[in-house]
Amino acid sequence: MSSSEQIIPHGHVLRYNLRERLTHWVAAIAYIYLLSTGLAFWSPWLFWVAAALGGAQVSRMLHPWAGLLFFAAVWNMYTMWAQQMKHTDDDRKWWKAVKYYSTNQDEKMPPAGRYNAGQKFLFWGFFWSTVALLITGLVLWFPEYIPWNLRLLRYLSVLIHPAAALFTIGLFMIHLYMGLFAERGAFGSVIRGDVSIAFAKRYHPAWYKEIAGESSSPRK
Amino acid sequence: MSQATLRVQKISGHAGSVPGEDTQREYTVCKLIDTTTCIGCKACEVACMEWNDLPFGETVFDNTYQTMPETRWNYWNLILFNEHEREDGSLMWLMRKNQCMHCAEPGCLAACPADGAIVQYTNGIVDFQQANCIGCGYCITGCPFDIPKMNPKTHRVFKCTLCTDRVSEGLEPACIKSCPTGCLHFGTKDDMLDLAEKRVKQLRDHSNFPNAGVYDPQGVGGTGVVYVLHDASNPELYGGLPKNPRVPLSVKLWKGPLKWLGNVAMIGGLVGLFVHYLRYGPKAREEEDLATKPGGGKSS
Repeated sequence: MSSSEQIIPHGHVLRYNLRERLTHWVAAIAYIYLLSTGLAFWSPWLFWVAAALGGAQVSRMLHPWAGLLFFAAVWNMYTMWAQQMKHTDDDRKWWKAVKYYSTNQDEKMPPAGRYNAGQKFLFWGFFWSTVALLITGLVLWFPEYIPWNLRLLRYLSVLIHPAAALFTIGLFMIHLYMGLFAERGAFGSVIRGDVSIAFAKRYHPAWYKEIAGESSSPRK
Repeated sequence: MSQATLRVQKISGHAGSVPGEDTQREYTVCKLIDTTTCIGCKACEVACMEWNDLPFGETVFDNTYQTMPETRWNYWNLILFNEHEREDGSLMWLMRKNQCMHCAEPGCLAACPADGAIVQYTNGIVDFQQANCIGCGYCITGCPFDIPKMNPKTHRVFKCTLCTDRVSEGLEPACIKSCPTGCLHFGTKDDMLDLAEKRVKQLRDHSNFPNAGVYDPQGVGGTGVVYVLHDASNPELYGGLPKNPRVPLSVKLWKGPLKWLGNVAMIGGLVGLFVHYLRYGPKAREEEDLATKPGGGKSS
């Protein structure tokens, strides 16, 4: 999956290589299925969603498998990005200035690297929630095999699983908002892989400096 | 199960109104089990299998008078046996017919996400509708009595129906009909409690069981199956009958505060993001805006 063979249009730089993009979309599709079926089990008012997706029995059968797929994708992200997601001193400054970020005064933000502190929070929030969802999800997958004297596991799982899911829903909404609406160009970058140099300079100046310094060509 | 003359007053996983709520003049039915006169003959176990056409299964001999360790998806009625040594050194053989307790506030129904998979009729019977069951097993977690059991082949949950089909036709449940000692009674909840109290008084006054009492746990709103126990202060002796059964706290938190918090947060989040977009819009609209140097003027 060498990224160097990809043709990047003039004035653009590669932001996400093929492995990153594929992983993102495997996770995205799995997550949207998990979210839809999960919300159907969450509220009677949304039970029809399961019916629309082939019936609640089918949803119950496939939800855990989609969960395994999602976990695999998130684990792959961990192996790709854990290093880049480490918290730095700049991130602390970023959080202090977050009110400028959320009011589109990006020029007042400390320079972000490949991922800004908010994106790092999203990543770790999703990562740890997914671990919690996996563990509690395994209990909820086979509740009938949890012996009576270990029923505390079931009691904890029915509470932690939806709580962790709700947390990811909050992250997911912000992620969609940023990627689809707030930062024009971000959505295309996770499909085609590249962003304009202007995008890179504006939102991830420290990262752009890094990759531009690496070679004379604007490619990574 | 036949619902011919039964109306539903509670439905699992259901949005909107419930057809039978407050529409029918109906007595709450109740099974009374007098453990002090049970001889452990298991006629009720056989009658249950007979009437409900349950398939034959292996029994497990464990050197006691118990047919198998616990109820199964296809074995809804099991007499639990316990050899109890009293303080004076004498032995008691405690027999308790175990089955669904038909709680007034059923934990299984509260936990179930599938519309119509668990219903409670206006007569108080809690019944599983396997056609609507999705096999999630949340009812197993919601039940404080360890009653619902999963059929591994069909992945649907089964339990005692209180012979809904018989009761709806004015008959008593099969187990009641089969009991040779008269330790099983069936009738309205009021009548059964009355009968139970009389028996308890008898046990206290004339049979040297000062702790005799009625088991009708209020933590689940009372049950559609009540026991007379020689020692109501120690229900655990009777095959682990819980002293104060309740719908698990985590199930209540999940279906109560967490649900409200979650819904408010999700809807609030959507509204908040929408309003944010109306107020601030995208960070940069066109490429030219992007190219504007940070600090170079563009601010909304």
